[in-house]
Formats: sequence, structure tokens, C-alpha cells
Amino acid sequence: MQTLDLAQSELRAVNAALQGEGAGSNQAFTILNPRGAHALACGLDAAIDVTVDGTTGYYCGGMNKEATIRVTGSVGPGVAENMMSGRMVIEGDASQYAGATGHGGLLVIKGNASSRCGISMKGIEIVVHGNVGHMSAFMGQAGSLVVCGDAGDALGDSLYEAKLFVRGSVKSLGADCIEKEMRPEHLDHLARLLEAGECDADPASFRRYGSARKLYNFDIDNAGAY
Amino acid sequence: MDQTPRTTPVTPWTFDDHTNSYIRRAAATGIYDIRGGGAKRRVPHFDDLLFLGASMSRYPLEGYREACGTDVTLGTRFAKNPIKLDIPITIAGMSFGALSGQAKEALGRGASAAGTSTTTGDGGMTPEERGHSDKLVYQYLPSRYGMNPDDLRRADAIEIVVGQGAKPGGGGMLLGQKINDRVAEMRTLPKGVDQRSACRHPDWTGPDDLEIKILELREITGWKVPIYVKVGGARPYYDVTLSVKAGADVVVLDGMQGGTAATQDVFIEHVGQPTLACIRPAVQALQDLDMHRKVQLVVSGGVRTGADVAKALALGADAVSIGTAALIALGDNDPRWEAEYQKLGTTAGAYDDWHEGNDPAGITTQNPELASRLDPEAAGRRLRNYLKVMTLEAQTIARACGKSHVLNLEPEDLCALTIEAAAMAQVPLSGTNWIPGT
Repeated sequence: MQTLDLAQSELRAVNAALQGEGAGSNQAFTILNPRGAHALACGLDAAIDVTVDGTTGYYCGGMNKEATIRVTGSVGPGVAENMMSGRMVIEGDASQYAGATGHGGLLVIKGNASSRCGISMKGIEIVVHGNVGHMSAFMGQAGSLVVCGDAGDALGDSLYEAKLFVRGSVKSLGADCIEKEMRPEHLDHLARLLEAGECDADPASFRRYGSARKLYNFDIDNAGAY
Repeated sequence: MDQTPRTTPVTPWTFDDHTNSYIRRAAATGIYDIRGGGAKRRVPHFDDLLFLGASMSRYPLEGYREACGTDVTLGTRFAKNPIKLDIPITIAGMSFGALSGQAKEALGRGASAAGTSTTTGDGGMTPEERGHSDKLVYQYLPSRYGMNPDDLRRADAIEIVVGQGAKPGGGGMLLGQKINDRVAEMRTLPKGVDQRSACRHPDWTGPDDLEIKILELREITGWKVPIYVKVGGARPYYDVTLSVKAGADVVVLDGMQGGTAATQDVFIEHVGQPTLACIRPAVQALQDLDMHRKVQLVVSGGVRTGADVAKALALGADAVSIGTAALIALGDNDPRWEAEYQKLGTTAGAYDDWHEGNDPAGITTQNPELASRLDPEAAGRRLRNYLKVMTLEAQTIARACGKSHVLNLEPEDLCALTIEAAAMAQVPLSGTNWIPGT
């Protein structure tokens, strides 16, 4: 276990140390005194284990590949943005755009996530133990968003093929997003996500939402929906 | 028969033939017209400027003998590895998807042979494009289609696209007919689905956020490569100021003549400012910040000739970028395909339905049969030749103005043919010492 202290080192030095781990590394790091630092632990490219002891600013874990990152506090906007693979666990809350455009990997938020959680998601799996804000999964292309609490306005607006599961209430659905039948394969998929997301909720207590696919190709008769 | 003399029929200026055809089309279809390219309307442009040349108070350099440099370095502010180009003309971002693979390869080949850079587009970086481009700028767009850290690190520079001249404030739509299996896979969407390119970034809003986004990109790439910010010609003084504040190494400024793969005609023609009107406010912003030549300015939108290049540089740009002109060099809108253009209801020189994927020249298409018409090696050679000619032309003008480097051209070398151009370019109206607005 290596300790990197942001009270002693510059952001560049800390990130360089993490990014310097090559393929095959299973090194473990603890980062002390993040104190809201932006772009912390971004661009990692190895299966290392990183614990951030505190709260971070924007883009923590951005574009992560393979690494496991755990943040003991809360995170600012854009956590795990464009994540490719690996795993991020946030013990606290997440600000806007959590998991934005993520292509893969697992993002777990044990508190609440603010607006646009999973915006333009492209394959990432997101499990939120609490609530998510408005416009979550906007233009979501692929992957899954699991919300154990409530979802705000316009959930899944202009959704493509991302799968949405919500246990609580949904304030409103966005354009072209509809509730869909929860079939056995969806329950199995959800159960796996919940287990991976360190959540003991019952899959049967969720409802599933997806795209009606009516806006996939421009049609003037749908102009009112845009 | 009534012998009373009559006036000749008059077609109203307000309701000319094109306008009437627009109304009839709209009435028949109920949908606006989408097309590719940039603004087609006549706006004040580089043609409205002239170089003064040397005279008693200036002496020229000898053509074919005395050197006139054309090299330019982009990204000197923060990047460890700035981009060094042999010529001040770059290739603008155009996506694989909007363009065929052959066209993207040809752009890389031509640019590399001429010693300059080319740029990806919405949809990510293809191995062919990277392989054929000595210097490749990777666009970071709102859609983030195909975005990944490996390609980010493979790039020679990153261009954060905030807007483009054809549609400042607008996104895009790649229609389903151009979405073949490969394009669909690169963009993580089903084949045949219209692909919306968002109008703003999903994880930042405003210049304060952009500053942090730039920090993130620098951290991911180890502060090695330059970061460009591309803006459309909307509010150039403030857009450039805020881009510099956010930490850009290079600002790319695209006027309304800059092309797009597909956007509403009404957007292209009615939103944004002419390229000529954007340059001086942008340069002024850099000068006010003491950043002129420290943060480089790349101007695009309607650059066609070496004279255009020289005029943009004289007004304060560090380089220019070409898109539509590069496609024409490859073979776009070539009269050799006139019979096929006629079948599509258009004519060579006017073909702009790039979004439909039926391009006879094999450039703006994903149809394998059409795309195979474009030989990437031959098309790349044409682009190289064209870039060389523009560079020679710019050198010719610079020497005539007594400059040993094209970047030494200055506004004092210019005059304007019209009051509008004089006001926009802030150079004297020809034959006077009057600069309107000053």
C-alpha cells in the first residue's frame, strides 16, 4: 500500500504516480487530503486499487480503465466521466453528470446523484443507492442505470438503448421514454447489478424503463416531441 | 387586342425564384431543408480586401530567390509537445461517418505530404486516419462518440469543439441512411438510427467548468499535447477571451461560411457571423490579454486560395483551416459526375445533400460502391498539390509586401474595396485613410 498526500504533493505528481502503473500491476494506493481536488485519479490505465480518503471536485476517476477507485466522501461533477472499464464506488453523494458518456465499468454511488446522472451513457453500469436528479440518462445509448430511490423530472429523455431501473417514484419520464415489462432476464440482470453495486434491494421491487424507439428516425409527425 | 403599352413583368426582389421554390417545398413536405456545406449567401469576405504591395516606402523580396518562411507552431502556451507545421494551412475536423473511409484516408495522406495536420470529427478516430496522418488533431465533441483515453493519448493535439461556424449553438444529426455497421459500432448505437450530436457538452457548462475540463484532459495526457478550443463565429471577442481564460493553447475560430455535414439551411444561412467580421475582434481579445502569438489563432470558414490565407494571416491569424475546399480538392462537386448530379436534382458545384449518402464522388457517403470511386492515394495527391499552391500563393503575396515570413503580414498591408469590409477588417477603404467605426 502506497500513500500519496495531496497536502504534500501536487496533483500532477499524484496522478503521474497512479498513471505510471503498467498493465499487470495490482498496486494499492491511498490518497490523503483530496480536499476537493479536480481531475483526481483520472486517466488510470491499470488494475490498481485506489482509495481516496475524503471528498473530491470535478471529474474524479475520469476515463478510468481497469482501476478500482473508492472515494470515502462525496464527489463533484462528472465523476467517472467517460469511464471505459473498472469500478468506482462513492460512499457519499455525487454532483451532476455522474458517469457521463461512460463506455463501460461499474459506478456505484451510495448516496444521491444530482441531475443528469448517466447522461449520454454508452455502456457503463451505474447503481445509485439514493435518488437521482432531473434529466438522468438523457440520450443514454447503452448500459444500465439502477436507482434505488426516486428519479427526478424527465428521466431517460431521448433515450436510445440504455436500460433504466427505478425502485422509487419517477417524477416524470422524458421524451420517448416509457415503462416496460420486467421480464425474467431483466430481473436476473438487475440482481447482478445490485450485488455488484453492494446493494441488498429486492430486484422485484423495481420498475423498468426504456426507449419507445419512436424518435429513432426523424419524422415530422413527431415534431411536437422534440 | 388591347394595344396599351405595358411594363415588363417583374419578379419581386423579396419573392425571387429561389424563395418561391423554398415556400413551395416547405408547403409540400412540412419539414425544413437540411443540407451540408456552409453559408451560400454573399457576405463580405476576403475577396473584398486587397494587398497594397511594396512601393517607395516598402521594398519587396525577390521571388524564387529570397526566403519567405511558412512554418508555424501551434500550442506553445502549456503543451510539452507543440505542433510544428510546415505550412499555415490545416485540415478541419470532418468525421468518419459524414465522410467515407477513403476520403478520411485521402485527407490524412494529403495533409501529411504537405507537412500539416488533419483533424478527426464526430465519431472518433479510425486506425486508417491515424496511420495516414503524421499530425492528427482529435476532436473532443459533445456527443463523445468513440471517445476513449487511448485515442486521446494517440493524438497530437486535442480540439474541444464548443461550436462551429455553420451552426453556432447547434448540434447535428447524422441520418440513419449513413449509419452502416462500422459507423454504428464506433458510435455505440443501432445501425440505421439517426444519430444526434448534442449542441453542448454533457459534463460542463460555461468557461469556469471548461477550465477544469481542460485540466482533466491535460492530466490524462500528461500535459504533452496542445489543447485547442473551437468556437463558431458568434461573439468572437468574448469567446476568445473566455477560451484563453479557460486555458486554451489554441483557439480555432470558424466563420459562417464554414461547412457542416448536415444542418438546417435556415441555421446555416441565418446564424453566426462572416469569417471576415470575426478575425479582428478575436485578435483584439488576444492583444488585450497580451496573448497574441502566445495563444495561437486558427481561422476557418471560406478559405479557398493563397490570397485568403495571406489575408487571414495579415489580419492576425496564426494559421487557417480548410474543410469544404479540401473536399473539393479531393473531388467533391467535380463536373465529371454531372450526369449523376442531374439525376439527384442538382448540378456540379451546387450539390450539398451530403447527409443523404448518395455522393457520386464517393466522399460524403458510406455506400461502398460510391466510396470505392475515390482513390485515396490520387485524391491525397490532389490535396497535397492544392495545399502547396495555396502556400506558394501566400508566399508570393508576402514577398510582394516585403515579408520574410507569411506571419509577418499585417493589417497595414491591406485595404478594403467596400465600406463593410473596411469596417469588419478594420483596414482603410481603398483610396482613403478611412477605417469605418474607428
